[in-house]
Amino acid sequence: MAIDSSLRTGPLPSIPTDFALPLLCILPFLASVFVLAAPGEKYRGAAWVTAVVAAILSLLSLALFPSIANGEVLISRIEWIPQLGLNLTLRLDGLAWLFAVLITCIGFLVVLYARYYMSPKDPIARFHALLLAFMGAMLGLVMSGNIIQLAIFWELTSLVSFLLIGYWYHRGDARDGARMALIITGTGGLALFVSMLIIGRIVGSYELDDVLASGSLIVESPLYPVALILFLLGAFTKSAQFPFQFWLPNAMTAPTPVSAYLHSATMVKAGVFILTRFWPVMHDHQLWFWIVTYTGLATLIFGAYTALFQRDLKGLLAYSTISHLGLITTLLGMGTPLAAVAAIFHIANHATFKASLFMAVGIIDHETGTRDVRKLSGLRKYMPFTATLAIIASAAMAGVPLLNGFLSKEMFFTETAEFDPNVFVNLSLPIGATLAGMLSVAYSIKFVHGVFFGPPPTELEKVPHEPPALMRRPIEILVLICLAVGIIPGITIGPYLAAAVRSVLGAETPYYSLSVWHGFNLPLIMSIIAMVGGAVIYVPYYRRLLNVDGVPLTRGLVGQRVFERLLVTATNRWARHLVGAFGTQRLQPQIFVVIFLALAAGIAAGWTRMGNLPLPDSFDPVLGLVWLLGGISAVAAAQQAKFHRLASMILMGGAGLATCLTFAWFSAPDLALTQLLAEIATTVLILLGLRWLPKRSPVPEGTPLVARLRRYRDVSLAGLVGLATALASYAIMTRSAPEGISDFFLANAYKEGGGTNVVNVMLVDFRGFDTMGEITVLGVVALTVFGLLRRFRPASDSAERPEQQRVLDDYAPGSGDNVADDFLRIPALIMNWMFPVVVVVAIYMLMRGHDLPGGGFIAGIIMSLAFILQYLAGGTRWVEERLRILPLLWIGWGLLLALLTGLGAMVLGAPFLTSAFAYADIPLIGKVPMATALIFDLGVFALVVGATVLMLIALAHQSIRRPKVAGSNKPKQRVGADKWN
Amino acid sequence: MELTLAIAIGVLSASGVYLLLRPRTFQVIIGLSLVSYAVNLFILSMGRLRMDAAPILSGADANIADYADPVPQALVLTAIVIGFAMTALFLVVLLAARGLSGSDHVDGKGD
Repeated sequence: MAIDSSLRTGPLPSIPTDFALPLLCILPFLASVFVLAAPGEKYRGAAWVTAVVAAILSLLSLALFPSIANGEVLISRIEWIPQLGLNLTLRLDGLAWLFAVLITCIGFLVVLYARYYMSPKDPIARFHALLLAFMGAMLGLVMSGNIIQLAIFWELTSLVSFLLIGYWYHRGDARDGARMALIITGTGGLALFVSMLIIGRIVGSYELDDVLASGSLIVESPLYPVALILFLLGAFTKSAQFPFQFWLPNAMTAPTPVSAYLHSATMVKAGVFILTRFWPVMHDHQLWFWIVTYTGLATLIFGAYTALFQRDLKGLLAYSTISHLGLITTLLGMGTPLAAVAAIFHIANHATFKASLFMAVGIIDHETGTRDVRKLSGLRKYMPFTATLAIIASAAMAGVPLLNGFLSKEMFFTETAEFDPNVFVNLSLPIGATLAGMLSVAYSIKFVHGVFFGPPPTELEKVPHEPPALMRRPIEILVLICLAVGIIPGITIGPYLAAAVRSVLGAETPYYSLSVWHGFNLPLIMSIIAMVGGAVIYVPYYRRLLNVDGVPLTRGLVGQRVFERLLVTATNRWARHLVGAFGTQRLQPQIFVVIFLALAAGIAAGWTRMGNLPLPDSFDPVLGLVWLLGGISAVAAAQQAKFHRLASMILMGGAGLATCLTFAWFSAPDLALTQLLAEIATTVLILLGLRWLPKRSPVPEGTPLVARLRRYRDVSLAGLVGLATALASYAIMTRSAPEGISDFFLANAYKEGGGTNVVNVMLVDFRGFDTMGEITVLGVVALTVFGLLRRFRPASDSAERPEQQRVLDDYAPGSGDNVADDFLRIPALIMNWMFPVVVVVAIYMLMRGHDLPGGGFIAGIIMSLAFILQYLAGGTRWVEERLRILPLLWIGWGLLLALLTGLGAMVLGAPFLTSAFAYADIPLIGKVPMATALIFDLGVFALVVGATVLMLIALAHQSIRRPKVAGSNKPKQRVGADKWN
Repeated sequence: MELTLAIAIGVLSASGVYLLLRPRTFQVIIGLSLVSYAVNLFILSMGRLRMDAAPILSGADANIADYADPVPQALVLTAIVIGFAMTALFLVVLLAARGLSGSDHVDGKGD
């Protein structure tokens, strides 16, 4: 039949492309998430959701046919980064349509089948969610209009396939098979990705339309060989071509519906799909011809030969799938338009008969409990319907006339028999094809004869019978298609094949005939030889075929063993060597290397740019004095930190104070305030923590030489770092500032932010998003601290009460608990009374923050200090009995408030966190600025209070817990209502 | 003036880095604080040092050249708060590690 475009499906209302294509791609993913969210993982309703979604998708893709029947291309584009050529482009043409129909319709049938196949004990929701996700990934792959997007979906199918193969992850073989499939196809996917980048580079665009329109640009590029090899690596690994075929039989550990769907009908076809997709722009080269044709031919023969020796029915089908994929690859390699037509035709045919065979094997497995061909025989009497269906499907697989497999196989034979000037090609192709044909007839007979004929089975544990009729229904439909296409191809598949072919070949589309009878010609003779030869191979040897162990002749050809050895070597031995050579588990050398490298990089970058440093022109004696003290404090803190922690901490405070004064000195009052307050809070924190550290006193006999040397080394590195930072900051400070963004903030703080304190306006308005992230960090830190301390176990030597408290207790029992009340009564009273005052100061700082130094952070820390003062004055118990502080609520409300302020701006149409402001006239107080930024700042305030208080009291509380010492198993003694436990 | 601050930054970072390389967790926490002082001052100095520049706007029509650079200040303000959070977290982690391993060595081993 010639290409006939007059066959229309009638005037269907056309579906808007921008709706239909995204729906096809996105609906499966949405449904997948929906199913995953289902109540309980054994939720049976998942099957229904999946079935309905698959049905909708099938109908939708079928309904799209009229829009692409005449060679039109539907495109729906969602722009993402157009500058880089990165868009989400969905593109549907004849070939993509054919695949979309295979994916959705076979997917639908597989879901129906799985409804009966899967056991109620299996986590069914996960299965269906993955199946849907796979459907989406595969549809995205075939509809990709952008080649990078194509590579992404390609990897996505590998990932979902991994999860599906490993569905029964309690089984070791499933995990191994899944991992092998992922590594092989994932690596291929990476290669494909790189080749897509190269192709995009050659063409100058990543849009598939541009690539397909590029003519001979790719083939003529000097990069073609590299791009081709990487491209083929991707395609061959995915389609299980020799020598990467071994992952596919191992993937048969997946549930049978998955094998039927992914590993025969759809996913493994992705490799040949992409060969077909890029065929027009890549096939016209000798390299393509030799590599693709002969890889395909080798796979074709190897797969068929190996299939003959399989005992596991799924193994047989797996190798048969490999062989058929080899056939398609061979056709695509030959490079003639007619061969490409045959390839596309065989893709569709193989999907139908192989999916039905897998399902039949699933039924056999389900009903007899085994897939071992040696244990099975004579099943025809027990399950006549299933037997009939499987026999017809196997006949299609063998290429028996009046079935679809025959037609495409004849086209294949025709193409191989074409005369080629090269003698080797002229002989190897037809002979190889006929040989493979014989082998496939033989393994098909083995399948049919071994399972359905012969004496009744004796080694089965149960008497097999027909499965539920509905479980057979999908097979019936598929077998019906095999028959219909085989008998009346012109009407059944003609128009669809024509659309697919034209989308690939375009103007090159040749005349081809789909009729069953072509006269008595060479291809027919080849077919007859294959039929007879297959029988001749099988009949005399079938007993020996059943019992032979492994595959004769090719036992040594084990890619799998190479793969496994490589995997062990690379991930175990090499990894161990590398860790041994370059790794350390000790922190100090790691930090040393990091600092050293940073210093080296800094010196390398700054060395040439240092320029001439000017001499200092001014010296401020007061600042000099401040830093004389500050510097001495810093060095002394470093020196004292080992043996005199308290002294070191006080000295550190000295350096902090000098920093604080410097901030004030150089016109940064906000910083000075914040630094001072953070300093206080940090000091209180560390003071609370000191109690849990071990006592340490200098060893009298001095430090060993190694330790001293290490110390000298560290001092030198630290000195160099200090010198470098000093030089760098001096060099920067003495040259004039570049034009920055500061002027913008200064000019607009009042106009747009409504505040005169520019720093605060920046924090709560211009850079509010930063602040949002920052308070989130603070909240997370507080919760982490809280979480860590809830399970805090002090070391055994600090579990006892501290020495000071014990001494006090000896003096006056009970006084150790509450030092402040007994010995510092007047300061404690003052601290008590300070509470409202400090709170008022905090609120004042918060209110004025927008216009004067202050703001949420400062106010928050002041507020938390108010609480801390109470702890200091009254002791932990006293405060917890009187004050109900709910820091978790403060954190939550603070974050919520800040977020709501931001969202409020969005609701009003402005970007996230835009503030609005006005001045309100409040009696007595006067004009008060009312910016929404104040509400945001209120959120910041609440969060800072909550976080700081939570950290401080969680730590403070440890001292009154009866600590459970690390390592002891004594039951926990609860002290009162211990909410911190 | 610049020289004073540069030396200050150098001394702070040298003391801090030396402590970062020490084996005891408490030394590291003090070191981190000292390093963050140095870094904060360094960031502030990126806006160049200006004494007596007004940090608060006095009206919409003011000359922006008279004011202190707000950008480093805003950055440092964030850095101070995050530094506080980091110190707190590290302190609690080191206490927990000390409780679990019985040692205050950074590797949790040895005495």
